[in-house]
Amino acid sequence: MEFSEIITEAIGTLSVNKLRTGLATLGIVIGIGSVIALLSLGQATQAAITSQIQSLGSNLLTIRPGSISQQGVRGAAGGRTTLTLDDAKAISTSQEITTIQNVSPEFERRTQVTTAGFNTNTQIIGVTSIYEKVHNISLSQGNFITETDIGSMSKVTVLGPQVVNDLFGENTSPLGRSVRISGQTFTVKGVTASKGGSGFFNADDVIYIPLTTAQKILFGTDYLSTIALEAKSADDMVEAQNQVGYLLLARHNLNDPTQADFMIMNQADILNTASSATGMFTALLSGIAAISLLVGGIGIMNIMLVTVTERTREIGLRKALGAKKKIVTTQFLTESIILTFTGGLIGIIIGIVASFIISKLTSSLFVISPSSILLAFLVSAFIGILFGWYPAQKAANLQPIEALRYE
Amino acid sequence: MSIKPIIKTNNLSKIYKTDSVETVALDTVSIEIIKGEFVAVMGPSGSGKSTLMHILGALDLPTSGEYLLDGENVEKLTDDELADIRNRKIGFVFQSYNLLPRTTALKNVVLPMVYAGIPKDERLSRAKKYLEMVGLANRLEHTSNQLSGGQQQRVAIARALVMDPSIILADEPTGNIASVQAAEIMAILEKLNNEGNTIIMITHEADIAEHAKRIISLLDGKIIMDRQNGHRRRMRK
Repeated sequence: MEFSEIITEAIGTLSVNKLRTGLATLGIVIGIGSVIALLSLGQATQAAITSQIQSLGSNLLTIRPGSISQQGVRGAAGGRTTLTLDDAKAISTSQEITTIQNVSPEFERRTQVTTAGFNTNTQIIGVTSIYEKVHNISLSQGNFITETDIGSMSKVTVLGPQVVNDLFGENTSPLGRSVRISGQTFTVKGVTASKGGSGFFNADDVIYIPLTTAQKILFGTDYLSTIALEAKSADDMVEAQNQVGYLLLARHNLNDPTQADFMIMNQADILNTASSATGMFTALLSGIAAISLLVGGIGIMNIMLVTVTERTREIGLRKALGAKKKIVTTQFLTESIILTFTGGLIGIIIGIVASFIISKLTSSLFVISPSSILLAFLVSAFIGILFGWYPAQKAANLQPIEALRYE
Repeated sequence: MSIKPIIKTNNLSKIYKTDSVETVALDTVSIEIIKGEFVAVMGPSGSGKSTLMHILGALDLPTSGEYLLDGENVEKLTDDELADIRNRKIGFVFQSYNLLPRTTALKNVVLPMVYAGIPKDERLSRAKKYLEMVGLANRLEHTSNQLSGGQQQRVAIARALVMDPSIILADEPTGNIASVQAAEIMAILEKLNNEGNTIIMITHEADIAEHAKRIISLLDGKIIMDRQNGHRRRMRK
């Protein structure tokens, strides 16, 4: 019996009871569709997080003050005021530190910012000129903070695009206009290009001012909230972390690394944490989708068992006319595989459409990997074989006389 | 002189066991049927004629005894080997026709050749030839539910002939058919027999059995009578 004949015959049989065939397939459609959509969603989230974290600067180490511990009660990280500009200078000038390329001392605080008629609460970051390079900042208008601005404690500012929208409205150029921060008037000298960030840190909703201005004029402090370090290469990260760690311990007169009053975070660590969180999330959702696929498979098996019982006489006749076990098995397996394969195909299409709509609605990335489509195809064929096998065997092992007598 | 028989059974017995009860359906039946015979097997229900038919048709195996079909021992074969024997050597005509539903006459007749692995072109030409022979040349593309009982049985006969079997086994071939059409079916079977086909027909109707050349009567699983039917020729005139 030729392959094409087997297929044609199976399709013919399946099309007799269209409603039943459709309902049996629906389980697989939903299962495969949700697997595809959820895998796509997971991959899109992963890709978004990765690109966002990388856009904040590559080979980046971040030093933050440690948390305050008083009588065993541990406060929030960053609560201490331990990092100073001298620490930053020491890192950049130390002979022992060979792996660091750039050092960016930063001071940040949230505060209210106003213009005529608008106001917003946003992150003020006091920076030096090197910030632009360390954090991959690019400008859409004007210039970034310069060394001259730092030296003269200029009241100039560079705005993130989100802040521009909030303070000046859309499609206006704020260059040369002024904003008021904590009672002081600053002149806008630049606007950064959008990084499209969201979530824990939005690089578009930020105001940059000279570090000296932030420390002396606005907030009256000598401390830093962050020192960002750019390593020479990704391979140097661990070495850099150690070198800087020991230098700061020595500078702060500490012997025991467990007593450190600062912490050094690695961009890769942040990336890994975020990735493993989204990975776990994707796995969990896919697991749920896989369960619906299993339920769909059981539905197929159920329908195939009903079909075998219904067609007992036909099977008996076929065997009486000389059909061997293999042919009967093939016939029923083909039917179940066609059911699951069609379901898989429709499911893939629905899954792709669904993830496309989701990506449009949430304006996130639309990612469909060929491997997840291939996987869905293989899984649906496998389910057809797995859940079609028992009914097919049952049909093949029917005794012809019993089957012919069946009413 | 001895003609080699197409069917030879030696002390065939079939015992059905249900729980503690043993039912003897066939009790040491020995028959020889030679090529070209037209045998009617008669008997009331429960006489074992259906069981005999199933065993002769390789649909079931005897509990004991020997069965040679066309020189091949059948009683110890596997399911697939039996399927092959049925395919090549036996043409079945069932009381309830047993055509595939929603399938054309042509495709029904083609089916045994599909299982025999005969090439596609040959299947079609052979199926058409036999459907023409039973007078259904203009019904090739009719599905089974578009045909009358008599027509369906003629399709079944074409299907039985298409593999050129050693024997044709007909189980109450006219049982479900109105008498006019029944006469047509019997005429076809007689014609086939005259052309040299061996036919074994199960029936409980005496007038149908009269079409055969030899009549075997069964009762309680035993042969109680086996006679040549000399009457037949006169009836046909």
